[in-house]
Amino acid sequence: MSLDISAVRAIATLARIELGEEELAPLAGELSNILNFVEHLSEVNTDGIEPMSSVADLSLPMRADLVTDGDIAEQILANAPEAAEGFFTVPKVVE
Amino acid sequence: MSELTHLTLAQARDRLVKGETSAVELTRAHIAQVEAKRHLNAFITETPERALAEAEASDARRRQGTAGAMEGLPIGIKDLFCTEGVRTTAASKILDGFVPPYESTVSGNLKTAGAISLGKLNLDEFAMGSSNKTSAFGPAINPWTRRSDPAAKLVPGGSSGGSAAAVAARMVLGATGTDTGGSIRQPAAFCGITGIKPTYGRCSRYGIVAFASSLDQAGPMARTVRDCAIMLGAMAGFDPKDSTSVNLKVPDFEAALTGDIRGLKVGIPREYRPDGLSAEISEVWEKGIAWLKEAGAEPVEINLPHTKYALPTYYIVAPAEASSNLARYDGLRFGQRVPGKSLDEMYAKSRAAGFGPEVRRRILIGTYVLSAGYYDAYYAKAQKVRRLIAEDFRKAFETVDVILTPTAPSPAFGLDENTDDPVTMWLNDVFTIPTSLAGLPGLSLPAGLSSDGLPLGLQLIGRPFDEETVFKVAGVMESAAGFDVSPEGV
Repeated sequence: MSLDISAVRAIATLARIELGEEELAPLAGELSNILNFVEHLSEVNTDGIEPMSSVADLSLPMRADLVTDGDIAEQILANAPEAAEGFFTVPKVVE
Repeated sequence: MSELTHLTLAQARDRLVKGETSAVELTRAHIAQVEAKRHLNAFITETPERALAEAEASDARRRQGTAGAMEGLPIGIKDLFCTEGVRTTAASKILDGFVPPYESTVSGNLKTAGAISLGKLNLDEFAMGSSNKTSAFGPAINPWTRRSDPAAKLVPGGSSGGSAAAVAARMVLGATGTDTGGSIRQPAAFCGITGIKPTYGRCSRYGIVAFASSLDQAGPMARTVRDCAIMLGAMAGFDPKDSTSVNLKVPDFEAALTGDIRGLKVGIPREYRPDGLSAEISEVWEKGIAWLKEAGAEPVEINLPHTKYALPTYYIVAPAEASSNLARYDGLRFGQRVPGKSLDEMYAKSRAAGFGPEVRRRILIGTYVLSAGYYDAYYAKAQKVRRLIAEDFRKAFETVDVILTPTAPSPAFGLDENTDDPVTMWLNDVFTIPTSLAGLPGLSLPAGLSSDGLPLGLQLIGRPFDEETVFKVAGVMESAAGFDVSPEGV
């Protein structure tokens, strides 16, 4: 499996990482190498094997539906690169 | 250098109990060593004033008779654990300026037990790496050097490279690490110290910057097996804030060090002897087997047939989970922000500026294997092979009590050596990744020196939640190995 430049551009868009044109070709090479490496898995017979998403063999625990914290907006916003009037701020999204 | 920095964690604890030293004295001695060894770049953030204030409070607690299990012991915290009021970076530019308003459960547990943190330790960016070279704060350096070329700087391993270097250079008595595919065990081996990744679920992941959530696990790194046992006891425990943390009583790990391993069966997997395994690694492994035999354990050859598929499985599962976890770095709620005309442009520019090349590569691969049309071929396939790998271990543990392997295929390599090819770099973790995929406890301890004077580690793997057997066997091996050398100048 090898990825071309346009595939890398599409993946980068999905991942929301801006790439310069000059970065695409080297990355296509690196990512293709990685895909060739993981391709070995296709030789393993996995018919009837259940995918394993976690080693923790348990159902997720439930807790009471109660408010356990809150009123810490200031603390949460303290790390925001930009905040105003108790909100995170973003570039204009509605014209 | 001071005599106090050459105590083990257990010895320092015992001296504190007897009143022969104080937390303040111990902390001062270790802060001096942190300053003396600053060229190793083991710390990203040093917090000496905080540490001394904590040490004074600790001595006061001891006078009042309320000392905890780690009371007054200076340690370091990998900079992947959120620490309230202390900058936390994950060694990435993207978390620039982030000061957590809360404490991770594990670092909080250590604090509650009385431990004194000297600061935050260097690591590979987002714990992605095996050399500490991907850190945005520059690489940590291994205090060990080659006899043949003492001037050449060596990597401490990764991702918990700063933790391993700090422990080996006597800057701290112990340090926290995290291990996703070998990030505690491989650096422990490279730096001649002991470290254990406990069973998945033993320690809470709450407040640890997430890399691959189904694999990440915290553990202790220290200079002896006993020290790791004491520290793990303080770190572990059920936490309702982590839904995968297991509600089991934390055993007294130190009490497991009975020295009696008679009759225990030790699995020796045939698949861990690949063509081209270095003669030195084979030799130290043979020595380990001989030590266990002498102590009355019985080596048994076992098969773990899917071993060679562990690395490709890991490099689908871990990047997939990482691409999802790292979606939270959006330049919006914390960390670095690069302005853009639209929201999407701001995300893409912030993430391009914030993530280093290895992290970026893993996010892209992870995004690809999770994308529509490729999910089944890659991600679901890898999850199925993961089950087969876990099954291999389950079957092996029907006949053996513990498994012995090398920790890494080589000793520490040079800072300037060829690490351009990511796949070659990943081979460092070939012996540790299968354990991670299966969620099992794995411990690395120093077993000898290479002909060039570098530490070599052996790995013990246990049944789920049977760290006690791992510690017990490790204790016997440690006595047999008699590894009592320090790096030059320490």
